[in-house]
Amino acid sequence: MSHFILKRIASALIGLIGVISLVFFLIHMIPGDPIDVMLGESALAADREALRQGLGLHLPLYEQWWNYFTALAQGNFGHSLFSGRPIVDLLLERIPATLHLSLIALTVAIIIALPLGLLAATRQHSLYDYGSMGFALFGMSIPNFWMGPLLILIGALWLGWFPVSGREGWNAVVLPALTLGTAMAAILARMIRSSLLEILGEDFLRTARAKGLSSIKAIVSHALPNALLPVLTLLGLQLGGLLGGAVITETVFAWPGLGLLMIEAIQQRDYPVVQAAVLCISMTYIVVNLMTDLLYAWLDPRINLQNPS
Amino acid sequence: MMRLWFPMSIIIIWGCLAILSPVLPLTPNTIDLTHILVGPNQDFWLGFDELGRSIADRLITGARTSFFVALSVVALGLLIGGILGISSGYFSGWVDHIFVRIVDIMLAFPGLLLAIALAGALGPGIENVVLALAIVGWVGYARLARGQVLALKQADHIIAAQAIGATPWRIMSRHLLPLITAPLIIEASFGIASAIIAEAGLSFLGLGVQPPEASWGSMIRDGTRYMLVAPHLVLIPGLTLMAVVLAANLLGDWLRDWLDVKEPKRFR
Repeated sequence: MSHFILKRIASALIGLIGVISLVFFLIHMIPGDPIDVMLGESALAADREALRQGLGLHLPLYEQWWNYFTALAQGNFGHSLFSGRPIVDLLLERIPATLHLSLIALTVAIIIALPLGLLAATRQHSLYDYGSMGFALFGMSIPNFWMGPLLILIGALWLGWFPVSGREGWNAVVLPALTLGTAMAAILARMIRSSLLEILGEDFLRTARAKGLSSIKAIVSHALPNALLPVLTLLGLQLGGLLGGAVITETVFAWPGLGLLMIEAIQQRDYPVVQAAVLCISMTYIVVNLMTDLLYAWLDPRINLQNPS
Repeated sequence: MMRLWFPMSIIIIWGCLAILSPVLPLTPNTIDLTHILVGPNQDFWLGFDELGRSIADRLITGARTSFFVALSVVALGLLIGGILGISSGYFSGWVDHIFVRIVDIMLAFPGLLLAIALAGALGPGIENVVLALAIVGWVGYARLARGQVLALKQADHIIAAQAIGATPWRIMSRHLLPLITAPLIIEASFGIASAIIAEAGLSFLGLGVQPPEASWGSMIRDGTRYMLVAPHLVLIPGLTLMAVVLAANLLGDWLRDWLDVKEPKRFR
């Protein structure tokens, strides 16, 4: 067990170093001189030199890379080029909004996906099955930058039940969470269905039915816990899609989270903020995946057998 | 049969429109102030946008953008991912070790996020969209190819080929590649769907094609400002986008079933 945990933590750390390095190189992928792009070609020579010194762009690449790492380790993300404020403050301001949206969207996704997947798997090849899987296919094919405006049109403009954008009031989260949650529900429902279908063919379920358990009881207490285990890992991976999609959803609804911060920073050519936002979102993703894997190992003792130390 | 022809016809129709768009008499960028925000009517089925430009014409030129980006991204991804994945799986050892690490790092970025950041750094433009999406997209094909090769490496015909002295290149291209094309093609058809969504997404964020060029994503973005008075500006490109993406996903599902007949046991 401890061997597995150590290995998993080590690989997460390597992933983290890789992600930080890639994000570091982002600023060097800007075509031409990044200073030109950030300040514009008409900027004063003194200002350009000051920014170059400030960002450390005059140093050799390996030294810049090392400095970036050491600064991050001290929690120093630098300053925004646009507002001049410390980037850490900007991030801390925006994190609660993204967390709020993601958690509600995740809840929405589970509430939609669980019954659909269950229905589809237990009544395979029935109308329910085709109906839920049809819904899932639709959900996967509706991009959230279209779903969002559509929900705004219906829920905010025609019905007037929810605000068009922003985070004012308790009901402001409804439309963005629905937008983000539906796409995830679609994928989740498919995963639950296929995972459940595999379990439903197992011998222990036939035994449970033979003992006289009702089919509902057999499914809820014997099949579901087993079927949800693989779904848990996939859920962690799907969170990546959720976080990536949150960038677009936040832009559609002007939801003041990390995603909107990143898009605003791209528009203002405020690259240090872009780097920090990407890093912040990716780090969350890595940590969540690490947690789901560890949780999985804890829930499923068979993991030990597969990884003998 | 319905499962094949419905998505197939959508893809073929839009594919042909995209290919033919340069020779069709289209005026996607012609501004006509007398037609501003005119909705669909008998003479013009799809109406006009906020500058009086024909939505039908913009939709067709937008299809060219979508298909160009999607096909380029998938082709680049298959090429890079296929070569790297097959050789890494076949040679194993330290090459494979480094490869797995790189793939892990790329997969540590959530979905679209890296593509958005890359497109933001590279600057707007269709080539940069292709580049950003290809940098993110090759990983999936590479991982798939590697996994398939690892499973096939010990097959009898590969060992036989090694025994008669076939070169690694010959083994990989003649004996391994044909066996892993099916899963790669299935992955590619889903890849087309996600590349179309990703291109439209980047254009929606203003990171894709630049005005006045048309893209389904930028049409949706521009339309959102006039949603209350002219919802067709958002509805038409969105429905088109959804239909094409749905068709590509259905095609992928159909291919998967057709190429791999595996059905779990039924519960009673």
